[in-house]
Amino acid sequence: MIKTVQERVKALLDSGEIAGFLGLKEAGGHIGPHLFTPEENGLDGLVLGDWKGPGDARYTLNKQLIHLARAYPDETFGVLVRGCDERGLKSLYVWNQLSPEKVVPVGIACPPELAKACECSKPYPDALVAGEKGEGCAQETLKQVEALGLADRFGYWQKEFDRCIKCYGCRDVCPMCFCKECSLEDPDLVNTGDVPPDNPTFHLTRAVHMAGRCIDCGLCNEVCPVGIPLRTLYKKVADIIDEEFGYRTGQAADEKSPLNILAGAS
Amino acid sequence: MDYKTVLTTCPYCGCGCNFYLEVLDGKILAPIPCKTSPTNEGKLCIKGWNAHEFIQSPNRLTGPLVRKNGELVAVSWDEALDYTVSRLKEIKDSHGGDSIAFFSSAKVTNEENYLLQKFARAGIGTNSVDHCARL
Ligand code: SF4
Ligand code: SF4
Ligand code: SF4
Repeated sequence: MIKTVQERVKALLDSGEIAGFLGLKEAGGHIGPHLFTPEENGLDGLVLGDWKGPGDARYTLNKQLIHLARAYPDETFGVLVRGCDERGLKSLYVWNQLSPEKVVPVGIACPPELAKACECSKPYPDALVAGEKGEGCAQETLKQVEALGLADRFGYWQKEFDRCIKCYGCRDVCPMCFCKECSLEDPDLVNTGDVPPDNPTFHLTRAVHMAGRCIDCGLCNEVCPVGIPLRTLYKKVADIIDEEFGYRTGQAADEKSPLNILAGAS
Repeated sequence: MDYKTVLTTCPYCGCGCNFYLEVLDGKILAPIPCKTSPTNEGKLCIKGWNAHEFIQSPNRLTGPLVRKNGELVAVSWDEALDYTVSRLKEIKDSHGGDSIAFFSSAKVTNEENYLLQKFARAGIGTNSVDHCARL
């Protein structure tokens, strides 16, 4: 798999089609994001983000791509994507944060083990370069929570949210959080400057704001130091948007989110 | 275009969480918590998430300042150290060692912390020693 990806990236860099490839590199015993450039001469250390298990060293590359694209809007960049990252790209095109003409996704498929852990709807990107297209998985965790009665369900979430240390990591890591002014810093909505955060206002403020935005990558869940199952919450929000508006975030690159239509974004 | 991700250790407390600093054309944009770090496994607290801010802050102290006639004035290290020594001596002589407290850092080495508490206890005669991570 890595060989196929290497060949594709090398071809893209050699042809001059891309100014750099945003991928992952293993160096000094650690795996992290890295921009491979033609000047670098070679793809030493390029990895796909599998460390002790599949995909456990994934990073929020789309977020870094936005940083690069903002500074160098005329350059084209390649980027390593999994299914969720591609959903992210499509959605970021819709929200005018990235331009599809300036991005060359290099896609890898996730193995069934990872797809199951993520309960992922589509564990591979359309721009597939390496790996086998796997089946989407059912939303078992969400079903379990939904099976609880209202009082128990509310209790369950309150107990989870109670552990929050208000690190803002869920927001900071999220590839879909690109607002200039964050509602989690709005004193009308959130008790800014105080811990613990209001329960459940803080978390529901974010959940509502992720409606039509969250592409279900699960990186917030992974970054949460206290293990709050944020992903399950946002999966529910995504289901509501689907039921109400027939919209699945990141499925199509040309379909506006119902909420960006409501917000009057062009 | 010069884009780097530089692996480093959080400067705030003694835990030693690792993150990459995203640096574009010499400007630090954000930390990216390191997933393969055994210490923090891809997580950070709010201090770590904002650890990059002081580096480029215009309010950052980059040299010693001494207050003269109510104004902070940039001075040489020699002058600052001489001043500190003479004032510490004066205060110790007139009010005793217990009137002085020392503030160390979780960002320095064990050996440096050892030296500071030794100086505080044996040199000045105070047990009031604390550190910045209690913020
Ligand atoms: S959400 Fe899907 S595409 Fe993303 S890492 Fe998980 S299985 Fe792969
Ligand atoms: S799963 Fe979390 S990090 Fe990923 S897009 Fe949704 S809210 Fe953002
Ligand atoms: S990452 Fe977890 S602990 Fe941090 S603010 Fe988000 S929910 Fe709270």
